[in-house]
Amino acid sequence: MPNKVLETKNLNAYYGDFQALFEVSIDLFEGEIIAIIGANGAGKSTFMRSVTGLIDRIDNEINYKGLSIKGLRADEIAKKGLAMVPEGRKLFPSLSVEENLLIGGQIKRLGPWKLNTVYELFPDLYDKRNIPSNLLSGGQQQMAAIGRALMSNPDVILFDEISLGLAPIIIKSIYQNLPKVIQKGMSAIIVEQDISKALEISDRVYCLQEGRIALFGESKQLTRQEISKAYFGI
Amino acid sequence: MDWINSIIQGILVGGLYALFAAGLSLIFGVMRLVNIAHGDLIILSAFLGLTISTSLNLHPFISLIVVIPIMAIFGYVLQRGILNKTLGNDILPPLLVTFGLSIIIQNSLLEIYTADPQKMNAGVIEVASLSLPGGLSIGWYPLIMFVISVLIIGILQFIFYKTALGRAFRATSDDQEIAQLMGLSKNHIFGLAMAISMVVVTIAGIFLGVRTSFDPAAGPSRLIFGFEAVIIGGLGNLWGTLIGGIILGVSQNIGAKINPGWQILAGHIAFIIVLAFRPKGLFHRIDG
Ligand SMILES: Nc1ncnc2c1ncn2[C@@H]1O[C@H](COP(=O)(O)OP(=O)(O)OP(=O)(O)O)[C@@H](O)[C@H]1O
Ligand SMILES: [Mg+2]
Repeated sequence: MPNKVLETKNLNAYYGDFQALFEVSIDLFEGEIIAIIGANGAGKSTFMRSVTGLIDRIDNEINYKGLSIKGLRADEIAKKGLAMVPEGRKLFPSLSVEENLLIGGQIKRLGPWKLNTVYELFPDLYDKRNIPSNLLSGGQQQMAAIGRALMSNPDVILFDEISLGLAPIIIKSIYQNLPKVIQKGMSAIIVEQDISKALEISDRVYCLQEGRIALFGESKQLTRQEISKAYFGI
Repeated sequence: MDWINSIIQGILVGGLYALFAAGLSLIFGVMRLVNIAHGDLIILSAFLGLTISTSLNLHPFISLIVVIPIMAIFGYVLQRGILNKTLGNDILPPLLVTFGLSIIIQNSLLEIYTADPQKMNAGVIEVASLSLPGGLSIGWYPLIMFVISVLIIGILQFIFYKTALGRAFRATSDDQEIAQLMGLSKNHIFGLAMAISMVVVTIAGIFLGVRTSFDPAAGPSRLIFGFEAVIIGGLGNLWGTLIGGIILGVSQNIGAKINPGWQILAGHIAFIIVLAFRPKGLFHRIDG
């Protein structure tokens, strides 16, 4: 049985008085890819943001490699080896593509990812490395955001909406590259709107509905019906 | 010839104004903080330089070796201990707190040094001048001040655009949350920005204290000159700030040439003219 790298226990998260997550317990094992699916507003991003330290008010436990990371600041969590590709890519617009990558790399963790390995993975970025990141196409921005997260050589990488707004061909190429990205003992959590893609890429899947886990299980074993029921609540 | 002389003097003093402005601009650029106490911090470092150079019997410029680290550490601690806590979506708290700081500095200086004007003595360099053909003469001191100011702006520009620290400044300025997500500690980065700003403030303070007399209430007008230079040049552009400082210095000197009482007024008028025609300054770079 591989080790648990990340676990939340009955996680509640709030925006002011509004509760966005209710008792969400999610486990992630070493080398595993899990997918989180759910309708708009289900709480997927809130979960990802809670784990990376971006939500001010959360209850109950988040453990990373056996230690609690609840209450740590986002930069402290990042230094422990948890990286996120945030929803909407969020590159730094006034930095060049390469500078964006270097910002990811300034957490000096050892590992395979450096500028040249990222450029090997995404050759497009190499050609555009000196231009401001806001001049990249949507797909290129997603590559840069992935590259930026990889540059910190994380142990756990979180992808929030990996394919939103991208052309099918780009989604395909990102998914083709994903096994290369998530290798060497890394674990990943992927938020994906496209259910069949989510099931295809992940070992296990959790479905959120209005802030609660409505369904979870091995991706290969869940049926379409179960999923649509959990997804739409019908 | 007299006119050309005034213009040259204006250009040279413009370098000092640009220094007043550069620290202000750096802080605003990195953390959107408008530091109302900026001018008072300039005067504080002039007094500190005065105390250290007279008590240790050092040349004012040599006193910088002591005053710079003190002010830089003070800036870092001030930022982490107080100012960071005021930063958020609302721009009012940092304005109020730095306004309060301004009053505290002025009153403390008044308590310690009284209201009497003081001046630092830099020796012969203050009066030595360089004669140029055509009857022009340029003081060595203003010239050195100008050259060093330009150099410092060049160094700041280099730090901002060519170093890892500068990259972290720009990333944090773009998006604080995502910068944190990338492992940058916002509080530390802001502390470092304030420390660098205080280094520039200290150099400006010592230059000022050798050039003219100063008293505990002299800060706010330096803040205004700084603001005007930043805004004339355009926010977020340090070379623009230098041009802004020069425009301000030249207008003041031309004003003074016409009528000695018009010096400061002429600077404000130049500022208002630029603001009227180019509300974002001559070389605007950043929004927000
Ligand atoms: N900053 C915020 N302040 C208040 N409420 C918020 C905030 N961000 C999200 N919410 C609310 O929390 C709930 C969960 O939002 P979240 O962004 O986690 O959903 P999501 O599953 O990621 O949706 P999507 O698929 O649209 O990205 C929603 O009801 C949303 O309105
Ligand atoms: Mg979302």
